[in-house]
Amino acid sequence: MKRRDFMQMSGMGLGALMLPSVPLIGNPVSAEQLTEPWLDVATKKQLTETALNAAKSKGATYTDVRIGRYLQQYVFTREKQVQNIVNAESYGIGIRVIVNGTWGFAATSDVTTDGIAKCAATAAAIAKANSKFQKEPVVLAAQKGVGDQVWKTPLTKNAFEIPVKEKIDLLMNVNGAAMDNGAGFVTSNMFFVNEQKYFASSDGSFIDQDIHRIWPTFTVTVIDKAAGKFKTRDAISSPMGMGYEYLDGLASEKIAGPIGLVGYRNSYDMVEDAITAAKQAKEKVTAKSVVPGKYDLVLDPNHLGLTIHESVGHPTELDRVLGYEANYAGTSFATLDKWETKKFNYGSKLVNIVADKIQPHTLGAVGYDDEGVPCKEWDIIKDGILVNYQATRDQVSILGEKESHGCCYADNWNSVQFQRMPNISLKPGTEKRSVQDMIKGVDKGIYIIGRGSYSIDQQRYNFQFGGQVFYEIKNGQIAGMIDDVAYQSNTQEFWNSCSQLCDKDDYRTFGSFFDGKGQPSQVSAVSHGSATTRFDGVNVINTGRKI
Amino acid sequence: MSIILSESEAKALLQKVLSYSKADECEVNLMGEQRGNLRYARNEVSTSGSLINQNLQVQSAFGKKVGVATIDEFSEESLKKVVQRAEELAKLAPENPEYMGLLGPQKYGAASKGYFESTAGASPDTRANAVLKSLELTRTQKLTAAGFLEDQKGYSAMMNSKGLFAYYPSTSVNFSLTVRTEDGTGSGYVAKGYSDMSKLDTAAATKIAVQKSLGSVGAKALEPGKYTVILEPTAAAVLLENIFFRMDARSADEGRSFLSKQGGKTKLGEKIMDERVNFYSDPSNPDLPASPFAGDGQPQDKRYWIEKGTVKNMYYSRYWAQKNNVAPIPFPNNMIMDGGTASLEDMIKSTKQGILVTKLWYIRTVDPQTLLLTGLTRDGTFYIENGKIKHPIKNFRFNESPVIMLNNLETLGKPERVVSTESDRNYLIPPMKIREFTFSSLSDAV
Repeated sequence: MKRRDFMQMSGMGLGALMLPSVPLIGNPVSAEQLTEPWLDVATKKQLTETALNAAKSKGATYTDVRIGRYLQQYVFTREKQVQNIVNAESYGIGIRVIVNGTWGFAATSDVTTDGIAKCAATAAAIAKANSKFQKEPVVLAAQKGVGDQVWKTPLTKNAFEIPVKEKIDLLMNVNGAAMDNGAGFVTSNMFFVNEQKYFASSDGSFIDQDIHRIWPTFTVTVIDKAAGKFKTRDAISSPMGMGYEYLDGLASEKIAGPIGLVGYRNSYDMVEDAITAAKQAKEKVTAKSVVPGKYDLVLDPNHLGLTIHESVGHPTELDRVLGYEANYAGTSFATLDKWETKKFNYGSKLVNIVADKIQPHTLGAVGYDDEGVPCKEWDIIKDGILVNYQATRDQVSILGEKESHGCCYADNWNSVQFQRMPNISLKPGTEKRSVQDMIKGVDKGIYIIGRGSYSIDQQRYNFQFGGQVFYEIKNGQIAGMIDDVAYQSNTQEFWNSCSQLCDKDDYRTFGSFFDGKGQPSQVSAVSHGSATTRFDGVNVINTGRKI
Repeated sequence: MSIILSESEAKALLQKVLSYSKADECEVNLMGEQRGNLRYARNEVSTSGSLINQNLQVQSAFGKKVGVATIDEFSEESLKKVVQRAEELAKLAPENPEYMGLLGPQKYGAASKGYFESTAGASPDTRANAVLKSLELTRTQKLTAAGFLEDQKGYSAMMNSKGLFAYYPSTSVNFSLTVRTEDGTGSGYVAKGYSDMSKLDTAAATKIAVQKSLGSVGAKALEPGKYTVILEPTAAAVLLENIFFRMDARSADEGRSFLSKQGGKTKLGEKIMDERVNFYSDPSNPDLPASPFAGDGQPQDKRYWIEKGTVKNMYYSRYWAQKNNVAPIPFPNNMIMDGGTASLEDMIKSTKQGILVTKLWYIRTVDPQTLLLTGLTRDGTFYIENGKIKHPIKNFRFNESPVIMLNNLETLGKPERVVSTESDRNYLIPPMKIREFTFSSLSDAV
């Protein structure tokens, strides 16, 4: 994601640059206000009907309305100190219409009958003005109205109801554990998001959704002042579509990896990970620098998720393929002519990649997308062949399909919805295999954990990825930690080098909490599941330099 | 009340807010802005929008206990409530050991004019006409355009209970455009940023992107390796801003910065790059207007950060400055790099073998210790031989540190205002010729 997608939040009396950059939508409020109820469903329905009628009277042939309340709570700490606590709330209404075959959109925070009618008229006027430029009218895939529906993120602990003190206590424990184990510095943060969205469309859908997301994370820094060196290790947590129960650290959700390493499935032990992180960061300071060359890579799900995101998720977004993102995020190598052949070898036969917005605990999981389409699962790559893309209602006819994939999303009530990435996941292997089993078969390899530096070209061919922790594999065994590792490859070549998958017992999701796209830029959150996977003969470079 | 307040309106509003304060100290920050945008792709308008933001932030302090509250509508009742809320939060807050108290009245140097009626008056029609001029050129040449035009007018103001008052109005417009050939074998880019919209010529800008798009068709592959490169300012900006963003004294003192060195010291006062390199910030520069005050009210004076290749200043928060017994230095509001007299053409003419890089993309830090960055060339990369552009070349991935790069400086050209494609910030940066720039692999992307 790009730096410009972020609004800098400055702390009280602190150097602004010491705080991470995160997008903030809305105004600061008290923590108590975050748990207060907002409009009831009947009022929301009445207000959306006002909008639907007003738009129709202005010539709209289709209208959808989103009344949204967006809540955020962010907690930032370093060492023994709370840096900032942000509680934010934003609410309003966004109205999207088709007039003269052209989209128009307007939004207002004036959620009254008058305010809504005016907003609907503005949306219609914008559509009419833009229709002068339009050559091809918008065609929407049919979507039968679903009537009144309710969907909630399944959770047992609403994070907004947990006292801030409890959150700070946990982060102080995390920081203390890291410092006790050799960290020179540690920053730890928690991000909580709640989207309360009511969607109505002229198709006859009235959908009330309550969506929760959570992301606890930290960075541990170890300094060797004498040598003038520093190393960091970030948390290997994953952002999730869950409540505060993600932080329970349940033993049943831990996966025992090689040399005592632990992976986390749907429950995260933040203190345990902080201890490991401090030890690993310390080890990194003196770790051997990698010898560049070809290696077989064993990639942990907490690392591979970002590679999937960048090299499969983005190139199979249909709007990019069509050129709508050419000026910013770019286009795609996975062009329609390749898909049409039904023979394009995106990866080896082991590679099965599915898109979905239904996997439990994931960031993409909702009942309906932001144009009222029920969510589902579909294949993107089947047995290595590119078979589909990610599409919205006004795109899916290009693929010869009659039903939208349900990939429409707006990051706020005042942003217009457009095609966003669903969960994109690599299916685990069907043969029984643990990470330890996989490593046994590797002669010269590197085991990589955690997301590091990442960069990929605008058509998604050439990429370079780093990681958090790297272990050298020699003759089927882990031979110790190495550093200065990054691998470079070409997307098609890389996925065709996929030679082995761990099984479903190792399957975990990785997430991207603030994925940026569009101009003006919008964020979205998305998960990527996989089991540990092996890729053969990948080019590894040494990133060590002296200045 | 309008969204964009005049200085006297802002002052009156801030005085009213402060009159409600019962805290030991109170500081109020106020801003208002209006933005309009037009986006297009596949030679057609795709989305357009407008956005109004106004915000008032009250920071109240009782001793070192600090609370902050914000509102975005300014009725009498809301103004009273926001002050009350900030005071309630302050009373509940733990002591902030890094709270430094408020500054008294400050003297600000003359800032250059940053508010232009030409930009402030932009309407949906202004934007549509500007974009149409661009679209006509690409449609008639069978090229495909995707672009974005965004203009903004706004102001920021602040006042505190110790008598500090500051006000600064500004406008800006950013235009960016990618032009691709129909067969997708050529792509060119342009981005222009101004405070004064009358300086924006979308047709002239479009011609640059068209030329690069057509010129990049038929790119040949060159072996990756170390090459002499000429970086156009748009390409250089995204590398150099990684230096600008990381000149924080606290990180350097703590040993976790490219400015930290062995034994726990920093590189302040040390020469770290070629002696022709000068970076400075200056709110009075007419080509890059910026507010004369920082977010906490400190004055922004002209200040060298790198002078003759030597680290001259790092930014110190007021807390860190006091702790280290030095003067605080705020994060700058703009950044300028001195150049030379050579034009881009002169620089190409004097190059025996080299590569012209017009844009870089997806810049990420690989190692914060050395500022090693990776990323790729994009939208027009060309091989230079015997003083002439010989042919377009395929895109490269690079792995290079801007610190190493500025030690390998050959020539600097005339600075011009550029928009960073990573951060959207505007800078004044010259084109530059660099030897031994490291390209590590080829990309098939166009």
